[in-house]
Amino acid sequence: MYDFTYQRASSLDDAKSKFSGADDARYMAGGMTLLPVLKQRLDQPSDLVDLGFLDDLKGISEDGGNLVIKAMTVHHAVNTSDLVKSKIPALAHLAGTIGDPMVRNRGTIGGSLANNDPAASYPSAVLALNATIHTDGRTIAADDFFTGMFDTALNEGELITQVSFPIPEKAGYCHFPNPASRYPIVGVFVAKTADGPRVAVTGAGACVFQVPEMESALASNWSPDAVANVKCSADGLNEDIHASPEYRAHLITVMAKRAIEAAG
Amino acid sequence: MSSYSIKMTVNGKEVSGEVEGRTLLVQFLRDHLGLTGTHVGCDTTQCGACTVHVNGRAMKSCTLLAAHADGADVTTIEGLADGDNLHPMQEAFREHHALQCGFCTPGMVMSAIGLVKDNPKMSEKDVRHGLEGNICRCTGYHNIVEAILDAQTKMGA
Ligand SMILES: Cc1cc2nc3c(=O)[nH]c(=O)nc-3n(C[C@H](O)[C@H](O)[C@H](O)COP(=O)(O)OP(=O)(O)OC[C@H]3O[C@@H](n4cnc5c(N)ncnc54)[C@H](O)[C@@H]3O)c2cc1C
Ligand code: FES
Ligand code: FES
Repeated sequence: MYDFTYQRASSLDDAKSKFSGADDARYMAGGMTLLPVLKQRLDQPSDLVDLGFLDDLKGISEDGGNLVIKAMTVHHAVNTSDLVKSKIPALAHLAGTIGDPMVRNRGTIGGSLANNDPAASYPSAVLALNATIHTDGRTIAADDFFTGMFDTALNEGELITQVSFPIPEKAGYCHFPNPASRYPIVGVFVAKTADGPRVAVTGAGACVFQVPEMESALASNWSPDAVANVKCSADGLNEDIHASPEYRAHLITVMAKRAIEAAG
Repeated sequence: MSSYSIKMTVNGKEVSGEVEGRTLLVQFLRDHLGLTGTHVGCDTTQCGACTVHVNGRAMKSCTLLAAHADGADVTTIEGLADGDNLHPMQEAFREHHALQCGFCTPGMVMSAIGLVKDNPKMSEKDVRHGLEGNICRCTGYHNIVEAILDAQTKMGA
């Protein structure tokens, strides 16, 4: 790892000013992605601005019909929160499938969304639940947030502060994990929302995406059978030593069926 | 580049040192403090051999900056036994032959204690799921799982 200047942020404003005052800074949340990237010398920032001590950015609450999760909330907290378990149990379940206990004690929802790894778990929930991402300057709808592989609508230095999830009537998540890395090879989050059913897929493509054919099938018949015959095209899906595009396409249907079963 | 004066509590003792921004907690523990019980198996956040407790939570010290741990309360494998009396988890690992080469063991024990703390009523399946971040090349995990289930009972007693 190349050396850098370490700076601890004491408030949101302090984080912003330390970021803009540095040559080429990165925010550090849990560091579970950032530090491995730096160790591989894939990036060489001048400064790391540590958000780890911003307690104002941690916590989970209910606000109207929304479940609000602050950016620095770790996966373990989402997994074990009674509030998340009662309002959106599928989200608590998803958080408990991320990595392993030590990763869940450090990794945060804000870091996961800002990074937008093609195989990250949370983007599927954010897109399927039609959540809103709040930053220090604006709000961004899930539909506009995920713009491509490791790419988001965030501007340079823009900080995610919280995510608000409209509480759905029902939701379910199922993934097929890579046995070595434990990231989803394919993960599918389904939700029966106020705007109709939404189905979001992670791991399969360059970026999380929706499956409109499944959504319209579920609108008339919310059941695993409704999606059983929806075949996804393998065109443009990811290919690696773990799974071919055709295998991933097949897994989307299987995971969607199981996610709907889990949602009930 | 700059250096940083850090202070933390490690196994109940106040310690301090000078580190670079990029110094990892595991390097501080092993190279600065000589606490070589914490191992580096992969250095890529996969194997869990470097697991320690920071402010009471199990974390991979190969993926934590020493400067971030400034002011923290850290427990390593060296901090578990009380003189010659092993911690119940260490005792259970010995009793159940839960190690062969022993390389993964410090991390296994630290993770296992974290698991029992979070859920003192784990099933065998819970233990296996909980160990997903700890890799052992020798034992096949069976005796590690047995040891943790046994220690869980004794720690609750
Ligand atoms: C062994 C292992 C297994 C894993 N398995 C999974 C898995 O199954 N599923 C999964 O989804 N993830 C997995 N992860 C990744 C994990 O979820 C990470 O926690 C997550 O991707 C990044 O979160 P972080 O808090 O660690 O962010 P960091 O690594 O600190 O930051 C990641 C990026 O986001 C930026 N950033 C961080 N916070 C903010 C913010 N609030 N606003 C703007 N930008 C910000 C940083 O500058 C950086 O570029 C795994 C990681 C490991 C090491
Ligand atoms: S050395 Fe830290 S996880 Fe392997
Ligand atoms: S006992 Fe050898 S790696 Fe686990």
